[in-house]
Amino acid sequence: MAYSITSLCVNCFACMDVCPSRAIAEAKPHFVVDARTCTHCEGDYADAQCASICPVEGAILDPDGLAANPPGSLTGIPPERLLALAACSPA
Amino acid sequence: MELKVLGPAKPAAGGCAKGSCGSTADQMAHLPEAIRDRVKNHPCYSEEAHHHYARMHVAVAPACNIQCNYCNRKYDCANESRPGVVSELLTPDQAVRKTLAVAAAIPQMSVLGIAGPGDPLANPARTFETFRQLSETAPDIKLCVSTNGLSVPEHVDELVRHNIDHVTITINCVDPEVGARIYPWIFWKNRRIRGRKAAEILIEQQQRGLEMLVARGVLVKVNSVMIPGVNDEHLPEVSRVVKEKGAFLHNVMPLIAEAEHGTYYGVMGQRGPTQAELTALQDACGDMNMMRHCRQCRADAVGLLGEDRGQEFTMARIDAMAIDYAAAMERRAAIHAAIEAAREDGRAQQAAMTAPAAVPAGTRPVLIAVASAGQGLVNQHFGHAREFLVYEAGPAGVRFVGHRKTDQYCVGSSTCGDAGTALERTIRALAGCEVVLCSKIGIEPWGALEAAGIQPNGEHAMEPVEAAAAAVYREMFEAGALDAAPAAQIA
Repeated sequence: MAYSITSLCVNCFACMDVCPSRAIAEAKPHFVVDARTCTHCEGDYADAQCASICPVEGAILDPDGLAANPPGSLTGIPPERLLALAACSPA
Repeated sequence: MELKVLGPAKPAAGGCAKGSCGSTADQMAHLPEAIRDRVKNHPCYSEEAHHHYARMHVAVAPACNIQCNYCNRKYDCANESRPGVVSELLTPDQAVRKTLAVAAAIPQMSVLGIAGPGDPLANPARTFETFRQLSETAPDIKLCVSTNGLSVPEHVDELVRHNIDHVTITINCVDPEVGARIYPWIFWKNRRIRGRKAAEILIEQQQRGLEMLVARGVLVKVNSVMIPGVNDEHLPEVSRVVKEKGAFLHNVMPLIAEAEHGTYYGVMGQRGPTQAELTALQDACGDMNMMRHCRQCRADAVGLLGEDRGQEFTMARIDAMAIDYAAAMERRAAIHAAIEAAREDGRAQQAAMTAPAAVPAGTRPVLIAVASAGQGLVNQHFGHAREFLVYEAGPAGVRFVGHRKTDQYCVGSSTCGDAGTALERTIRALAGCEVVLCSKIGIEPWGALEAAGIQPNGEHAMEPVEAAAAAVYREMFEAGALDAAPAAQIA
């Protein structure tokens, strides 16, 4: 398995610019990782570059399919706080 | 280096020793002519210029290399006006087409900036390709960039090569302890770095970048976001440090934080400063040249500073426009020359009208709101004003102190939930002002303003703003209105 991008992606190009394998492409509705080209950055960097620069929690999944940046890990906003806000705002 | 020009300013006649104090026309007066010349038609660098010249931002830089607690990278809304927000991301080619189209349609345009929605220098290929093409096709347009500073040192050569004359660095702190409460992480040397270490690196890069740019003769403005309880007490120190290093202008802006923006500060209930707190801090920033006319515009804003005409220039519309670029450039040159001539006249008129200050020192100052559609004149109908310029008139003269927006969907938690009319909101936004100058005003708002303790005045229509404010102040003095404290206002 490779890294992958979810629908939470905001199409900011950051991951594409830093990917050492050029495995990430602009696409609709959001950027995609080419699973055959992705190397997990092994041999290039200690950390997967896409997961290290992505600003959106949950937008990048690691090879196990888990969020590389789980809720709260980037913004510092406690996830329960976000849930509470979502619950009281009109959809 | 010749650019370290900020100190010691001659005390203005009237006693205030601050270089940033005194009338706005004088604000740039202590700068060497070479620098005044470089900022005189830049709306974001010269308070006076912003009445006359337009700017635009092109959104070619979506990636960012840091996270700030006042920013939410998921946000994208056509109705919001604040930094980091855009409607339409552009490729460099599209950005160039848009710039040329706008500069043809709005000949007052003098400046093209790249300010995001991420960080321009975290998108060097897209940013510099845009600059490269524009310096060839629109050499009369000034190019500038606004950055968080992390990548300035590695790009200084390229910035200079593209003739980027003006760089803005957002510096919110020079102390990593403070920085750790503003920046949760940075992307640095291929790793995500967090906490105090991240702030240390960012601060070091910002300060080094500032020094390198100044050494190369680039004009550097520093932006700081005022965050009460986080960096408000620290910002005078920031101002002192960046001035010492050669920044020539400091722009302290209020934090914008609402829960619905989804930012860390918004969600966690961090408040922004009040207008009074912001003014007090700006006044406390020593004798640094302070900027007070910033509108905190979007990363795709178009037009004069108080307006945003971005909706008129979507890519779909631009593709349908037929533009003669060479003719547009000639027209711009003619319009800019006319603006300069009018400004010269305005200055002469201003000087003639404000010259003999008949009001004795020690008389209390008055805040005067002005409805202006540009050109530095009292030339807007009260009901059409989406913002008011606020001037403080006193015995020593008239100085610009800020602006008040009237079109905000929410002007603060204290007013949330009540069904205030637009007029009531406007009156609340004008709290503290004793007079409002406009070209015309309807009977209903006239009565409501008077009842709220704010005197409407349409007698100075089409006059230069500062001269009109000075005249009103003299009239108030002569009428004995300055003997007593201001009338209590009903908010």
